[in-house]
Amino acid sequence: MSEQDKPFIEVSNLTIAAGGRDIVRNVSFAAKKGEVIALIGESGSGKSTIALSLMGYARRGCRITGGEIRVGDRDVLGLSRAALRGFRGKDIAYVAQSAAAAFNPVKRIRSQIVEAATLHRSMSREEAGRRQKALMKTMALPEPDSIGERYVHQVSGGQLQRMMAAMAMINTPEVMIFDEPTTALDVTTQVEVLTAFKAMIRERGVTAIYVSHDLGVVAQVADRIIVLKDGEVMENAPAEDVLERPRSGFTRSLLDASETRRLDLSEGHDRDVVLQADGVVAGYGRIRNGLPGYPVLHDISFRIRQGQTLGLIGESGSGKSTLGRVLAGLLPAAQGRAMLNGRPLDLRDARRRSKLDRRELQIVFQMADTALNPRLSNAEILGRPLTFYHGLRGGARRQRVMELLDMVRLPAHLADLSPRELSGGQKQRINLARALAANPSVVICDEVTSALDTVVANAVVELLVELQRELGLSYLFISHDLGKIEAMCNEVMVLLKGREVERAARDRLTAAPEHAYTRQLVRAVPQLRRGWLEEVTSVPAAPTA
Amino acid sequence: MIRLILKRLVLGVLTLWLVATLVFLVSGALPGDAAASLLGQDATPATLAALRAQMGLDQPEFIRYWTWLGGILHGNFGISLANGQPVAQVIATRLPNSLMLAGLSALVAIPVSLVLGIASAMKPNSVFDRLTTLLSIIALSTPSFLIATLFVLVLSVWTGWFPALSSVDRVHSLGGLFQVMTLPVLALSLSVIGQMARMTRAILLQQMNEPYVETAVLKGSSGLRAAVLHALPNVAGPIVNASALSLNALISGVVFVEVIFAYPGLTKLMVDSVSNRDLPLMQACALIFCAGFLILVLIADIIAILTNPKLRTA
Repeated sequence: MSEQDKPFIEVSNLTIAAGGRDIVRNVSFAAKKGEVIALIGESGSGKSTIALSLMGYARRGCRITGGEIRVGDRDVLGLSRAALRGFRGKDIAYVAQSAAAAFNPVKRIRSQIVEAATLHRSMSREEAGRRQKALMKTMALPEPDSIGERYVHQVSGGQLQRMMAAMAMINTPEVMIFDEPTTALDVTTQVEVLTAFKAMIRERGVTAIYVSHDLGVVAQVADRIIVLKDGEVMENAPAEDVLERPRSGFTRSLLDASETRRLDLSEGHDRDVVLQADGVVAGYGRIRNGLPGYPVLHDISFRIRQGQTLGLIGESGSGKSTLGRVLAGLLPAAQGRAMLNGRPLDLRDARRRSKLDRRELQIVFQMADTALNPRLSNAEILGRPLTFYHGLRGGARRQRVMELLDMVRLPAHLADLSPRELSGGQKQRINLARALAANPSVVICDEVTSALDTVVANAVVELLVELQRELGLSYLFISHDLGKIEAMCNEVMVLLKGREVERAARDRLTAAPEHAYTRQLVRAVPQLRRGWLEEVTSVPAAPTA
Repeated sequence: MIRLILKRLVLGVLTLWLVATLVFLVSGALPGDAAASLLGQDATPATLAALRAQMGLDQPEFIRYWTWLGGILHGNFGISLANGQPVAQVIATRLPNSLMLAGLSALVAIPVSLVLGIASAMKPNSVFDRLTTLLSIIALSTPSFLIATLFVLVLSVWTGWFPALSSVDRVHSLGGLFQVMTLPVLALSLSVIGQMARMTRAILLQQMNEPYVETAVLKGSSGLRAAVLHALPNVAGPIVNASALSLNALISGVVFVEVIFAYPGLTKLMVDSVSNRDLPLMQACALIFCAGFLILVLIADIIAILTNPKLRTA
């Protein structure tokens, strides 16, 4: 074996336990110097846990119980605590998923980047300061000489993510670990950050472990892809092979799930308008003269007909969720009117609404974890709205709970469990069933698929469309994911900084987007094709409005 | 930031005024008055009325309130009814003693409890942590008068190491001061240490799970460094606020400790003034205690603002 072919990172038979259970089982893989290895899988597949173990680190509650990890000529699991401190951050560096949480909020970003160098005495403070500025420039950050003086709350998420990479780079490590570094970003920002990461990996020749659940992202950066499921390796092959000639059934299901899909929807231009809004203005802070202190939404109008879905897409901070909260009566509108089934709907406060209005308009939130009371059984969670809205009690109520569970395709025996005992997808179905308990005519779905894995999220989208067909429901479907919007919305509204910039039928929107921002949005959706990232970035990005 | 601090200051002054009013009303509602207690059994209705008029006790409540409040604003707390000296003068002889007692206790309590709290948060559920927790709970759940009494019994009556009475006025050397102050300071700071160490541990431990602490560790920082340089600055506000509330126990705990050690401080003065129905003195003491508490909370608020860049740059 020549020196060049010798693996630089070698993981053999790695086993990691948590709570008496092996969450990573017998994982082995290797990486040559300068290679980018992607670890891909759904949540709970152990991908982050494996990546962190390369640094000799296990999160609280986890323990590395077996196997061997070699990085260069080090036996990582055999390093002393002092040797580990010298290894971490110097020879191997970590880029976390949410830089917003991974930077210390009360310290200047510059001081945290410089600390990564001075901690290891790898350079003087002055030199580290100069290098920090140079790295900010490499990462294409604005005002690279002074941006480090800011605090976390003074920079955007995309900038933070690049600063996190700058911090990881300051000691020029041999290995970098990227742990879902673009998952928390908008697709348009993701393109910029990915481009910066890819250039840096190539220029410095670092060996990288890239953890992600998004095949489209991984296709752009990885040389080799390792597919994980429940802590075991399903497939380990060069990226092209995994993407084009997957051998494992699980990889194929992941690939299928990332395909664009369009579910059949009913057309209904002549149906009754169920929910209508005109000139809605809303935001935060005190409302004075019809304007909130911090306006978020400007002059929003739309109609949703019976059995139809209006999609609402935009980046974080565009006001999508604010509109959902206003319609649900959780946030007062400063201006504007709304009609529900032909009756005026109070936009000041849900408590002023009639019981009928409240029953007919329901909202489902993104995080089923926080929206469901873990101390109640699922039957009680679904039963309360049944008693409140329909006066059902005892056997009749129990029977209706069972019908609801059946409606969201959950087995009846889940009724007496607590939401804590359910999987993420099951929880989101309970969350949805609770809204259905009211017999609504409109359901506002606020990012209901964002916290779910692709396969599970697709199933939820299919369920929503089936329920629409069965019950004639109308949806306002709020999402940042163009794929989901395309799959299930008749019509799409694009929000940019609280204003509508485009509205079109789903086919027209992706095929011929008119507004520059929509074009940018459509192009930024990662494609499974290798080389897509270069195509996107070679065309100069259209300026946003 | 300046606006935020000014707002806190104005709120503090308002609270103090409210407290002053409350103190006045409550002390007016106490049974008996100074004239009656001065004259004792010899009082005839005529002498009582004459003495009342002389002391201004016959004026309507509202007018007495205004004169009293106006006097305070000019630094004039009135004349002690018991011995005829200006209240300000009486207090001036005692306040430094109480301040020294509370100050020394804080000086002992703050560093000790911080170190204990941080150390036990570093290794949760270790033997050290459990021992600290146990001792802290014992210390904070034992009333300070019991601790003080036990100290007197063991450390002065049985062993004779320290004097049982802390006549600090007769001390002139540093060694003597140490002898006299050790017991009261210990008795006073023990429960405060217990509370503050528990709170520091809880607040810090919660923070150690934050992703930015993990980031620091993955940069190669030791656990202690991550705790002290990264986690601690984030919780300075909550810790200082919790500490201000515990330190308040110093102000109230001083009452027992001063009485038990016969320490010539402010609270002993206040206790005496209550039994003498010496309203001006009692009111002034109550106000000073409240002001002390408000100042502690104000300092905590300002530190919380200064250590939070979001508030600092606002």
